[in-house]
Amino acid sequence: MAYPLIKVTGDTSLAVIFGDEISNEMNEKVRSFDEAITQAKIPGVYETVPTYCQITIHYAPEVIRYNGLRERLEQLLQETHHAASEAADVIEIPVLYGGEYGPDLDFVAKHNNLSRQEVIRIHCEPEYLIYMLGFTPGFPYLGGMDERIATPRLTSPREKIPAGSVGIAGKQTGVYPMDTPGGWQLIGRTPLTLYDPRNEKPILLDAGMHVKFVPVTQKEYDDILDQVEDGVYVPKIYKSKAKENA
Amino acid sequence: MGIRILKGGLLTTIQDAGRRGFQRYGMAVSGSVDVHSYIYANILVGNEPTEAVLEVTLMGPSIEFTSPSVIAITGGDLTPRINGEPVRMYKALRVSKGDVLSFGHIKSGCRADIAFAGGLDIEETMGSRSTYIKAGLGGHHGRNLQDGDEVAFRKEGACPKNIEIREMDPPIDWTGNYTVRVVLGPEEDRFTDAGIGTFLSSEYKVTNSFDRMGVRLEGDVIEHVNDANVISNGIPFGAIQVPDSGQPIIMLSDRQTVGGYTKIATIINVDMPMIAQCKAGDKVHFKSINIYEAQELFVKQKNYYRALRDSFDNYVGKLGSIPESPLIHNNAVEQTRETVSQAARSVQKTSVSAQTAADNKTVQKGTFTANVNGKEFTITFN
Repeated sequence: MAYPLIKVTGDTSLAVIFGDEISNEMNEKVRSFDEAITQAKIPGVYETVPTYCQITIHYAPEVIRYNGLRERLEQLLQETHHAASEAADVIEIPVLYGGEYGPDLDFVAKHNNLSRQEVIRIHCEPEYLIYMLGFTPGFPYLGGMDERIATPRLTSPREKIPAGSVGIAGKQTGVYPMDTPGGWQLIGRTPLTLYDPRNEKPILLDAGMHVKFVPVTQKEYDDILDQVEDGVYVPKIYKSKAKENA
Repeated sequence: MGIRILKGGLLTTIQDAGRRGFQRYGMAVSGSVDVHSYIYANILVGNEPTEAVLEVTLMGPSIEFTSPSVIAITGGDLTPRINGEPVRMYKALRVSKGDVLSFGHIKSGCRADIAFAGGLDIEETMGSRSTYIKAGLGGHHGRNLQDGDEVAFRKEGACPKNIEIREMDPPIDWTGNYTVRVVLGPEEDRFTDAGIGTFLSSEYKVTNSFDRMGVRLEGDVIEHVNDANVISNGIPFGAIQVPDSGQPIIMLSDRQTVGGYTKIATIINVDMPMIAQCKAGDKVHFKSINIYEAQELFVKQKNYYRALRDSFDNYVGKLGSIPESPLIHNNAVEQTRETVSQAARSVQKTSVSAQTAADNKTVQKGTFTANVNGKEFTITFN
């Protein structure tokens, strides 16, 4: 199949498909083209949904029809160069590991024949790419967890995983923006609010960003939580260093 | 002042057109499931088509008016009554302070929309008043309305022009046996030809699993080439997912933003009300059309709304002719139109300007009445 591919996904949307794999490179293509569409401000296009390897584009047929949009996008695809864009943003997510907030840290350690400290160190090491958000508002699909800490899901899911919980499920890691039932192994919790509909920016994270987990003490956790609740906490965001070396 | 909920009913929520622009953050669109009934209700009471309404489900609520208003009820016929007396649907109704709107048995369909002239005083979150219960967002405290809740009107005492003529025929009979048109894709190539054939020729029955998120169907197994897994991608409204079971699932307003099952087709917007009104046991057939036809119909439907609004707002003693709704075309009128063109002799011509061109099987401008299966129809083609 010749990528990129444009496909009908109904009478008010289409998909631009860049391939069929989960990779940084693929996701970069998706992100840069998503950015290009936003910049192009095509009349009638009102929403784009970037995912692992495609973008769903929602549009109003009374403004632009399928053929018209298709032509416009094909043109845009030719003009857009997926050059390695500038270094990605990394956002630090402070995490209090273990204890009450991470009841499964011991299990994850035991399962992988590691100490708790080793699990934390390995989990904090990477800058995890946010491939996309989905499942629930603000939930990041993260790539790049070290398989040395991979752990199967709980055999019986918890009825409620509290918002902010950081967990592991198989080879994935993630952080829960809101209370959700689920079977993830919980290893810690962040005091940050990932989803608050009352905020001007209701969702903290964005696809294409990288997440860096940073271990904090109970005191640091409490301090940050106070700041978050007072609305004065400013998350630490910086340019990825990994990118420059790549 | 506005309304007080005496009984919440099964699931009564505040809905509008839903949230645009937040699917990329994992936020469901939500909004009224019957996207057309919702707009009709607003048009009937003179609201902007984007005003929030109450969506009621199967067992309707009981609502007391704490101030006078003008309302319209559209969608499924859940036998609405005011002070115990049956009232017409698809009609602007005056209600007084102290009046009680309630619902009886389910005559047809699944959901009704109630619009209030001047709208409901609900704060917008992320650009919409729609309730998304899973995230506790929008509407009335992010949940369905319950006994004792009160919701105020946004513009109290709002009353549309020409209230006496604000009524329309229901655009469709909710028969529970529907043919809906689809455009194939995006993952139609993940099904065998036989699988696509099954999908387009079989009858599918609505299971007990039908809610604001989606409708699960059961029927002949739709055959995949390999399996049903795709790398998670966006799910539009009306998308038909087919997991490994081979049984289709139609995705509605509260659907998750992304999913990893193969999507065989998407139902066209114009036909979605039929799915919105489906309940367990109803039957669905799928018919494939191309994207160009689908978008013609979409634009026609948009024009229809505008014409309907204009005909109410600019009424000067005589109703202007209303163009045909693409939805009507799908059912009764499609049948009627055929009858008209094939048997022009039996059709009574009531408009002088009308031309029946039975020879080339098209009907031009004019108003006709036709008798189809003992039922009298009046149609205007323009």
